[in-house]
Amino acid sequence: MNVQLMADASSQSSSSLPESIPLEVDSLVKRFGQITAVDGISLALRGGECLGLLGPNGAGKSTLIRCIVGRAIPDAGRVAVFGCAAGASEARAALGWVPQELALYPRLTCSENLAAFGRYHGLSGAKLTESVAWCLDWAALADRAGDLEKSLSGGMKRRLNMAAGIIHRPRVVLMDEPTVGVDPQSRNRIFEMIEALRAGGTAIIYTTHYMEEAERLCDRVAIIDHGRIVGQGTNRELIQGSFGSRSQVLARFAGPSVAIAAWVERHGGRLVDGAAEFTIEQSTQIAGLLDDAAKAGLELVDVSLRRPNLESVFLHLTGRELRD
Amino acid sequence: MIIPIVRTALIALRRDRPSLALSFILPIAFFSVFAAIFGGQHNSTAKIKVILVDEDRSRASLELAKGLEREDSLVISTRPSSKDKAAAPTDYTAATAEAAVKAGEAPVALILPAGFGQHPISFGGSQAGPAIQLLSDASDMIAPQMVAGLLQKAAMTAMPAAMAEQGMKYTDQYIGGFTPEQRKQMDANLNYLRNMETKDSSSSAASATSGSGSGGIIAVQVRSVVGENKNGNMISFYAAAIGVMFLLFTATNSAGALLEEAESGTLDRVLSSRVTMTTLLAGKLTYNTLLAFAQLIVMFLWGWAVFKLDLFTHIPGFVVMGLCTAFAVAAFGMLLASICGTRAQLGALSTLLILIMSSVGGSMFPRYMMPAAMQKAGLFTINAWAIDGFTKVFWRDLPVQELWPQVGVLLAIGIVLSLIARRIARRWEFA
Repeated sequence: MNVQLMADASSQSSSSLPESIPLEVDSLVKRFGQITAVDGISLALRGGECLGLLGPNGAGKSTLIRCIVGRAIPDAGRVAVFGCAAGASEARAALGWVPQELALYPRLTCSENLAAFGRYHGLSGAKLTESVAWCLDWAALADRAGDLEKSLSGGMKRRLNMAAGIIHRPRVVLMDEPTVGVDPQSRNRIFEMIEALRAGGTAIIYTTHYMEEAERLCDRVAIIDHGRIVGQGTNRELIQGSFGSRSQVLARFAGPSVAIAAWVERHGGRLVDGAAEFTIEQSTQIAGLLDDAAKAGLELVDVSLRRPNLESVFLHLTGRELRD
Repeated sequence: MIIPIVRTALIALRRDRPSLALSFILPIAFFSVFAAIFGGQHNSTAKIKVILVDEDRSRASLELAKGLEREDSLVISTRPSSKDKAAAPTDYTAATAEAAVKAGEAPVALILPAGFGQHPISFGGSQAGPAIQLLSDASDMIAPQMVAGLLQKAAMTAMPAAMAEQGMKYTDQYIGGFTPEQRKQMDANLNYLRNMETKDSSSSAASATSGSGSGGIIAVQVRSVVGENKNGNMISFYAAAIGVMFLLFTATNSAGALLEEAESGTLDRVLSSRVTMTTLLAGKLTYNTLLAFAQLIVMFLWGWAVFKLDLFTHIPGFVVMGLCTAFAVAAFGMLLASICGTRAQLGALSTLLILIMSSVGGSMFPRYMMPAAMQKAGLFTINAWAIDGFTKVFWRDLPVQELWPQVGVLLAIGIVLSLIARRIARRWEFA
C-alpha cells in the first residue's frame, strides 16, 4: 500500500473547505414516532482521527450515521462537516459513506461500479480514471477490475464496497461494520486499508461490534446505548473510568448451585455462563475469596485473573440483557 | 407427511399477498373483461357510425335514408359535427365522405348516387341504375358487413312502394305490361303502400331480418378506401398493439431496478452523493423511455423485414408516436415502481394492470369489437391512444400534425404519472 499516494490523494479533495473541525455533532435528536433513536448526542472528530462507535443492536448508531450523511433529518441539534450543514453539497463532497449493506451494482464490473459512483459525485475525465485506478489499488482489486461484482468473493465485495465510498476522496469517512462476514485474511487487508486512509489524514468514524477491531483501529471510542453516549474516550480512559485500577476474577466451582450462588452474592459478584465473576482492587483479595469458598464446601475447578478490556467496559456500561 | 407440506405451502401463500392476488384476482378480472366483450351480458352494443351522402334526393333515396336512420345499431351522419368545423358544417359529399373514412371518423360511408331512385331495385344483378357505393375502412372487418346487411333490410322495409313500382316496370318491360284495369289496381296499391310508409315508419324496421350485401335486393358496390394497397394490412395494428403491451411489461420491469436498489442500500448511497431524487428519477425515466423506443424500433423493423410493413415511408410519424408512447409507458413503470414496496408486489400489480389495460385498450382484440362502454373505458389506457396513433400513421397515412390528440394525451399521461411518481418517491428521500 502506497501511503504517500493516499496522503496526496486525500489532500486533493475538498480543497475548498475551510480547515475547521472535520465533523461536529451537537445535541443531535432523531425520533421515529414515539421512539427516540438518537437522544442528544454530541461528538467531534479531528483530522486523521478514527473514532469507534460501539453499541448494542438498536442503540442508534446507524441512525446517527444516517443523520451525519444527510439521509435522515434530525428533529433537533446540528451536524457540521467542515462547518457545512449535513446534506449541503460541500458536506456531501467531503463525506464518504461505507454502508453495512453491499450497496453496489451486481451486473457492473469493479471498475464500472467505481466509475458510476465517481460520476455521481461529479468526477469525470482523467480525474475519474485516476480515482478509479487509485481505489482499485487501495482495495487490492486492480487485478479484478474487469470482473463483475457478483462474481467476487465476500471479502472482495466488502473491499469494493469500501472503495466505492471513498472514490471521490473524502476527508471524512463513515464506515458501518465494514468487516461483517469476511475471513481473517480479508479483515487484515481491510485494517491495512483503513490505516492507510488514516495515515493520509482522513478522519474516520468506525462502527463495529468487534471490540478487538475498535481496540486496534480507533484512537477513541464512543459507546452508545438507548440513543445516548454512555461512555467516550480512549481505550485506557474508558477502562479507567469504568473499573479504575480494579481487576476481574473468574472462578469455576463444583458443588451445590445454591451454595455457589450464596457465596457469589456474599462477595458482591455475579454468575456469568456458570462462572463466578468478581471485581477486585488488589490481587491479594483472591486468597480470601477462595478460602471462603472452601469453607462453604465448594470445590475449585478453575480460577483466572484478568485486567478489564473494552468488552468489559461495553458490558459494564450497556448491561447483559439481549436487545433484539 | 403430505398434510404438513400442504399446510406449510398454504401458510406461505397466505403471507405472500402478491401471489394471492395473482392466483385469484387476476383470473376473475380477466374473466370479467372477456365476459363483458363476448358474453352478450350487456346492453350497450357499440353503434356503427355511418356517413350518408344522398346525391339522388329522390323519394326512394330519402325513404332508404329514413330506413337506415331507424336502425338502432347505426348512427347516420349526413354532415360533420359542428364541433369539428369552425363554420356551420355543410353536408358530406362523396369526396368529403371518403376523406372522413380515410381519416378514421367513421368506418363506413354510403353514397346514394344520382339516378338511384330511377332504378332502386336490382333483380338478379341486372341493375339498370347506378349502384350504392359503400366506402369502407378495411381495418374494421365487421362494420362494412353489418352496414351492407342492414342496407338490404332497410330497402325491404322502408321502401316497399319503390320496390313495387320497380316490379311493375320490370313486368312492363319483360312480360308485356298490365291491362288498364290491372294498372289502375296496381296504382291504387302503390298509393296505399306510400301512405303506409308515411304513417308507419318505425315498427317495420325492427322486425325484419337483414339481407346479404351486394347479392341483395339493391345493388351495393363495396370499396375499401383505406388499406386497399397495403401489404399485411393488420401488421401495423398488431405491431402497435402487441408492442405497447410488451413495452408496458418491459418498462415496469426496468423501473423495478429502483426497488432492488432501495432494498440493497444502493439507492441510499446514490442519494448521499450529488444525485438528488429528482435527478435520479429523471435519469431512470430517460433510460426507460429510450429502452422502450428501442424495443419499438426492433419490433417495427422485424415487421418491415418479415411482414413487409411499410416502415420507411412513415418514419416521422413512427418516431413521434414511438417516443410519445415510450415516454408514457416509462412513466407508468416508474409510477408502479414507486408505489410498490418490493419486486414481488410490483410483479403482481403490474401483471394485473397491464393485462387489464391491454385487453380493454385494444392490444388483444380491436376496440371496435367491444361494447360502447368498454370502448370508452379504453380511452383511459395508454394502449388505446398509442394504437390509435400508430393506426393513423401506418393505416391512414395521415401526416404528423394529425397525431396531435394522441401525442397530447400520451405526453399528458407521461407527465402526470411522472409527477405522481416523484411525489410518492419522497418516501425514499429522507427518514
